[in-house]
Amino acid sequence: MSTEDTTSDGARARTSRRGRIRVTGFDSAAVRDRETFSADRTGISGAAANRRTKAWNRFKQNRSAIIGLAILAFMVFIAVFARPIQVSLLGEGFVIQPFQLAPHNTDTNLVAGNQPPSAEHPFGTSDLGRDIMSQVMVGARFSLAIGVIAVGLAVGIGVPLGAIAGYYGGWVDEAVMRLVDILYAFPFLVLAIVIIAILGQGFWNMIAALVIVGWIGYARLIRGEILSVKENEYVMAAKALGARDRSIIFRHIVPNAIAPVIVQATLAVGTIVLAAAALGFLGLGLQPGTPEWGTILSEGREAVIRGYWWVTTFPGLAIVVFVLAVNLVGDGIRDALDPQDEVGEQEGGFR
Amino acid sequence: MSSEPPLIRAEGLTKHYSSDDGLLDRLFGDTQLVKAVDGVDLEIEDGETLGLVGESGCGKSSLGRTLVQLEEATAGSVYYHDSDSGERVDLTELSSSEMQEYRKEVQFIFQNPDASLNPRLTVEDIIGEAFDIHGIEEGNRNERVRELLETVGLQRSHAGRYPHEFSGGQRQRIGIARALAVDPEFIVCDEPVSALDVSVQAQILNLLEELQEEFGLSYLFIAHDLSVVEHISDRVAVMYLGNIVETGVPEDIFEEPHHPYTEALLSAIPEPDPLWVRDRVQLEGTVPSPIDPPSGCRFHTRCPQIIPPDGMDIEQAVYRDIVGLRQRIREREINVDRVREEFAEGTSTDAVADALVGQEFDHPPSGVHRDRVEEALSLVAENNWERGRELLADHYESVCERREPVLQEDANPKACHLYEQPPTESMDTGSRQQGSADD
Amino acid sequence: MSLRQYVTKRLLLTVPILLGVTVITFLMTHLQPGDPVDVLIPLGANPSEEAIRQLRRQYHLNEPLYVQYFLWLKDAMVFDFGVSIQRDSLVSEAILTRLPYTLLLGVFALFIAVAIGVPAGIIAAVRKGDKVDEVSRIAALLGIATPNFWLGLILIFIFGVQLGWISTIPPSDVSVLDPALLTYMILPAVTLGTASSALLMRIMRSSMIEELNKEYVRMARAKGLAARTVIVKHVARNSLISVVTVAALQIAFIVDGAVVIEQVFSMRGVGRLILQAILQRDFPIIQAGVLMIGVVIVFANLAADIIYSFLDPRIRY
Repeated sequence: MSTEDTTSDGARARTSRRGRIRVTGFDSAAVRDRETFSADRTGISGAAANRRTKAWNRFKQNRSAIIGLAILAFMVFIAVFARPIQVSLLGEGFVIQPFQLAPHNTDTNLVAGNQPPSAEHPFGTSDLGRDIMSQVMVGARFSLAIGVIAVGLAVGIGVPLGAIAGYYGGWVDEAVMRLVDILYAFPFLVLAIVIIAILGQGFWNMIAALVIVGWIGYARLIRGEILSVKENEYVMAAKALGARDRSIIFRHIVPNAIAPVIVQATLAVGTIVLAAAALGFLGLGLQPGTPEWGTILSEGREAVIRGYWWVTTFPGLAIVVFVLAVNLVGDGIRDALDPQDEVGEQEGGFR
Repeated sequence: MSSEPPLIRAEGLTKHYSSDDGLLDRLFGDTQLVKAVDGVDLEIEDGETLGLVGESGCGKSSLGRTLVQLEEATAGSVYYHDSDSGERVDLTELSSSEMQEYRKEVQFIFQNPDASLNPRLTVEDIIGEAFDIHGIEEGNRNERVRELLETVGLQRSHAGRYPHEFSGGQRQRIGIARALAVDPEFIVCDEPVSALDVSVQAQILNLLEELQEEFGLSYLFIAHDLSVVEHISDRVAVMYLGNIVETGVPEDIFEEPHHPYTEALLSAIPEPDPLWVRDRVQLEGTVPSPIDPPSGCRFHTRCPQIIPPDGMDIEQAVYRDIVGLRQRIREREINVDRVREEFAEGTSTDAVADALVGQEFDHPPSGVHRDRVEEALSLVAENNWERGRELLADHYESVCERREPVLQEDANPKACHLYEQPPTESMDTGSRQQGSADD
Repeated sequence: MSLRQYVTKRLLLTVPILLGVTVITFLMTHLQPGDPVDVLIPLGANPSEEAIRQLRRQYHLNEPLYVQYFLWLKDAMVFDFGVSIQRDSLVSEAILTRLPYTLLLGVFALFIAVAIGVPAGIIAAVRKGDKVDEVSRIAALLGIATPNFWLGLILIFIFGVQLGWISTIPPSDVSVLDPALLTYMILPAVTLGTASSALLMRIMRSSMIEELNKEYVRMARAKGLAARTVIVKHVARNSLISVVTVAALQIAFIVDGAVVIEQVFSMRGVGRLILQAILQRDFPIIQAGVLMIGVVIVFANLAADIIYSFLDPRIRY
């Protein structure tokens, strides 16, 4: 500090004038003499691990999530290797996967109907003599495919629509969100059933029904996220640089808003498989006889009443294990992506 | 003042936000207009720093954003003088694709370094985005990014890192580098240091000053604190509720503030001199809502120096209290019931009014003023608020609430009735002239 | 915004949604490929030209689409959906005779869901991180992962087939509150309620934990208030607010469940009626059923929002 404005005899008079005493820290020269920005250096962390690695590290430490992931990997393995896979290209069939893990094919065999579990048929046989274990193994293909495709398409429709609605607001938002509100008035399964009633049965019709019902959830979720993310100054900064709307939405906003959607979509694979199974059970899923888990169960009531418990038990267990694994993984992803939540969780507890 | 036209010149710049949320509000007519910026004129010369100060919520950030078209102006113009071509363009008239060209000329530095950098991009991508958008420095992009990092006092090796690996001050440097990448002429600095530690603030301010010298930049430097602005500004503008109330060079403003609001802001700066004796000016009440700003001079509801009607013999403190009382009567904010409870049933309203005066006044009036106030408060006690309000308005209405003051044309323009204002006849509350206009 | 303004506004927002619900329901018959008159002809029937013309007149199929809609809406307002195609009864009658069974099932199930889910959520939150919490977490995950129809089948097998405690077919021709029916209703209600209770439990647990971390709870504990008092008087009550909203969502969940569970347990409810109508392509019944469900859910959401805004004034803005 330096003083000025002192009177000749050294005593200073009372005054209403400001600035007789100045803090000289603002003096450029004084600051420049110090090391350029010593106080500024503290924040740099040594290892520049990026988010994804960090999230993966957190995920790895989550035991139940890893168990879920292992179960899923196992089921995918079964689905792929249960039966050989053939593709036909230009009229010729190519076998791209020659292995067969399933003990039998899934044909009918009326002689061997309704047999309880045995060494030959570990899960027993159905009333038409199909080997249930083989059906469950091959059925994994259908359920996994339906889950992944339906969720993928629903995300593919819901996220862009919700993102555009949230970013632009105005009448686009109004239109999309009113449609979402209206579709939300119908319960998930009822709406899917009605759509199948209109479109008819079949694999792709079922996917279509599940997508039409499913996208609204993602649209609503991402819109809410985007409303808060777009207030961030880095979005304003991109505008100030002259970035185009598309680049702002998909480079700056969506990547910062997508985490809850990823979690939701993972969990939804389970929900969709459950819904597909329910449709199959109601006789509205795939063609009867298709080894899809729900469709196998469509004759379940008759079988159970006649005491053939194995017909329903094993396909049902497959669904439970699969959906449980998906939920464990989904919870793991949520905890891995949202470390703040973890801190809060540790603080909970009350005794 | 130079003969060169100013780099940036805003005329009657206005930004209103509508509070409606969705179709239904519009159908209902629930829409309320938040008058964030209400007809501001200002000029910024080439190479100059204009400091813009005001309390939070006064519209200074909105003004900054509207100036560089980050938000669409409701009315008014922003003229940008292109020194290369000598052309003058109104930025508010440009389409977004025409504006693209001028995004390279006007840039913005944000307040919050935590929120102004995309956490998912590396520093290289954050700064390099400017090059990608405008197709400049192609092939040379990464080298230019590293040069810019050095320019703002960071290291070349920082380019591959993510924002969360830096401290607040360093992030602000990255934000500055991003603004510099397009080689702009004019930068709005929206409270660039208010989120930083004091020790870091000085470094960032110095950096901005150095860059200004090096690249010949002009700044609009926004702050809520006069002390920050004092050191960096060539001129200072003080803003209150969407209007500019005083402008001038820092020396004049700090030496002798004219507008009572500037004085109040100034007195909020701590002064290290133990022999300094000026009274601290305490502002009454809170900032009024910009949805329905006060009439006349917008500061009159809180002004310590509000002008009593001509020829009235009244102490300033008493008059100030009466202004406050009128405000509370208008807002129906006087608690009659609490006073009434203290009296027996059927006590005369005069007694209640007398007690109310005690409750409502720090400096109770005397003589004729007390009679009038008591009369008004008896009306209030009888639940006749409107008559009470009118009675006081008839006697105590100030010029400050009747007429909107304008910035006069001198070296230190201030919009206040304490200073000479143009004669009433030529006054039209809608239009105001910027004092420093040289034409 | 005052409560009254909020309610008015929320009510008005419901109008376009209700209209949209009716439009979608109406369009069901028109979105099918082919002539809309086809869906009005019973499966396998081969009516004469004259009969088809008669049908077109009866259902106004010669009018422009919007006229058809308004005529349909006018009838729908008084719950007149004409005659069922497959069965010889009025659509409204078919639905109303079956409604009590579904309502009973739903109320029963919701009761079980709340009775299990809310206390379990409170206990899990309070005992957070220890064994009890872990067990209840796994139980909830299992509850969510189990297909309700499969659980129903297993319960039928255990209690109906193996133990013989209950009949495997519902009592026929009894009134809704007949003890025999109520006993039969236990298994379906338990089946339907458990999945809901898993969801309710998780929501209750997380909102309890959030609430427990708040300043006022720490204060109360610091002041030495008994843990039980704090939990019951403050935390549980505030956490219930979020459960109210979820309960409204549960109505949709339970309707979905009812469609499946009524099929599993062969019950004469609205869900099974709609399902049979779909298999028989009996569109007047499908439309009436779906419209009714949609309207009920819209109003349930409305009620939840209003109750929520009443309990927690912050959300009004």
